[in-house]
Amino acid sequence: MSSVQIRNVSKSYAQTSIIKDITVDIPDGEFVILVGPSGCGKSTLLRMIAGLEDITAGEIEIGNNVINDVAPKARDIAMVFQNYALYPHMTIRENMEFALSLKKVPKPQIDTKVMRAAEILGLKDLLTRYPRQLSGGQRQRVAMGRAIVRDPKVFLFDEPLSNLDAKLRVQMRAEIKALHQRLKTTTVYVTHDQVEAMTMADRIVVMRSGVVEQTGTPLELYDDPVNIFVAQFIGSPAMNVLEGEIKDGAFETSDGIRLAMPASNAVDGQKISYGIRPEHIRLSDQGVAGTIHVVEPTGASTEVIVQAGAQQIALTAHERLISRPGQQVRLAIDTAKVCLFDADGLRLRG
Amino acid sequence: MKTSNEWIKNGSIQALLVLNALLMLYPLLVMVLSAFKTNAEIFSSPFALPHSFSTANLQKVWDQTNFIRYMLNSFGVTLASIALILVFGTMAAYAIARYEFKLGGAVLMFFISGMTVPLKLAIIPLFIQLDALHLVDTYAGLILVYVAMGLPSAVFILTGFLRTLPRELEESARIDGASELLIMLRIMLPLARPAMVIVAIQNAVPIWNDFFFPLILITSDDLKTLPQGLTVFIGEFTTDWGVMFTGLTLAALPITLLYIVLSKQFIAGITQGAVK
Repeated sequence: MSSVQIRNVSKSYAQTSIIKDITVDIPDGEFVILVGPSGCGKSTLLRMIAGLEDITAGEIEIGNNVINDVAPKARDIAMVFQNYALYPHMTIRENMEFALSLKKVPKPQIDTKVMRAAEILGLKDLLTRYPRQLSGGQRQRVAMGRAIVRDPKVFLFDEPLSNLDAKLRVQMRAEIKALHQRLKTTTVYVTHDQVEAMTMADRIVVMRSGVVEQTGTPLELYDDPVNIFVAQFIGSPAMNVLEGEIKDGAFETSDGIRLAMPASNAVDGQKISYGIRPEHIRLSDQGVAGTIHVVEPTGASTEVIVQAGAQQIALTAHERLISRPGQQVRLAIDTAKVCLFDADGLRLRG
Repeated sequence: MKTSNEWIKNGSIQALLVLNALLMLYPLLVMVLSAFKTNAEIFSSPFALPHSFSTANLQKVWDQTNFIRYMLNSFGVTLASIALILVFGTMAAYAIARYEFKLGGAVLMFFISGMTVPLKLAIIPLFIQLDALHLVDTYAGLILVYVAMGLPSAVFILTGFLRTLPRELEESARIDGASELLIMLRIMLPLARPAMVIVAIQNAVPIWNDFFFPLILITSDDLKTLPQGLTVFIGEFTTDWGVMFTGLTLAALPITLLYIVLSKQFIAGITQGAVK
């Protein structure tokens, strides 16, 4: 086990800059998730840690050794790929043994490690099969098994769940998390799915266009986003963001919706964005008037989209709502939970 | 209605295939049957079954030619050529397909341009060159020519195939600690086997059957290959066709067997990429 330090790392291909001066500090044993929309550079950063991409500038340390010029095999990492990259012509056992046999680990020791990993992942009965005979979830487990047997300093996961169906994804999510709690190996995990990031990570690094937007625990990011991008990226359904300006100490949109503001240093006439999460809005007797547009019951909660003026506002209610489209309602907003952002999308604080 | 239409469609496709198969098999059948006939019988009743399945022709082939010698020569030359084509072809193709380097495209074009050269037209300079290298009338001379002939298409086919293999396999092996050579030998090439089988068969058949280059380059009886050796029976005035056909049947046998053994892989190879 080891810490990973990414210091002022940049990556560019010819003129195109993919990663711009990123610094992330990952302590020993932490489960860190790099998340962001596609093309944000998260996979490239992971591949740089793995040694599959050159580092244009900056340094990456694993366990306090700079590994910029160290070959992938000498970095003592294990990587799980999106398409699993199992060797198709080898049995599951051979797949899991491959790295160890290359390292010339004695055969009895290899057997012990493979059996242990197979036991943890429930692969014992599949060891003599070939990857093509396995289902997606089983292949995913083999890919993890291949990583586990090596006892690496760091686990790297590159969107490992995106080829699985929704139900299996939820199950594997829990398995990976349980595995980390058991092994406590430093893990860097890349995904574009913020739900995956929220549920699994100790800490999330939100990236966009090669830059880190914010780093923090899942709830820090959720409750206290530093800008509008993070606010909208994290959380499902996404945070409502209304555009408008401050008039007489309150927020007002161009179509006349007036909302109370939390304490802030914003001044009258300033153009701001008003962000409020769906669960901080209630249907009420007073407040903004609107018409119910869509009702989406999920069982545990109900999502309602309300048309207010030109705006569509989403809200989540955890009690059962008896409401139908077309109904006139009023929305009460929990002002204390509102996030304000300036014209550049940066958070305005009180 | 729809099903009867389908019946007609499938039936006519089947009929066409059966017809095609007959067209392909009939000459072979004539060859095998003629192998048991005498010269007179071949000319009097060319399409009939032989009077008896006698082994007289076989005896003649055995007695009058160095048949085993020719057979072994053909085996040796074909195997050596295929082995060298596969070794050098995969090495070149692997580098072109899996590594990025400046002249990668140019190197591929260089190999492909080899396919456009009609080697037989260049036989005189080729002969002079081999003569200068003292390679005329040697196995090595013949093998080198075949390797040169086979490499362009081998590199072309293998490059195309190796490019389709997922990059992650290579990267995963690299992280697992495999050297570049090991990645090629233990991960990539086993997966490229269908393409290698295609290359092997596609080259083995013409090399095995080749008459032209041995005729020009080989003069010692001990070094002759089968097709060349069988010309003993083509006389200036008379040709013993029965014996000739026996020789041809024997010559066709090994390559036919090889094809049958490898056909499953061969078909898998040519349909690769079509399905997926």
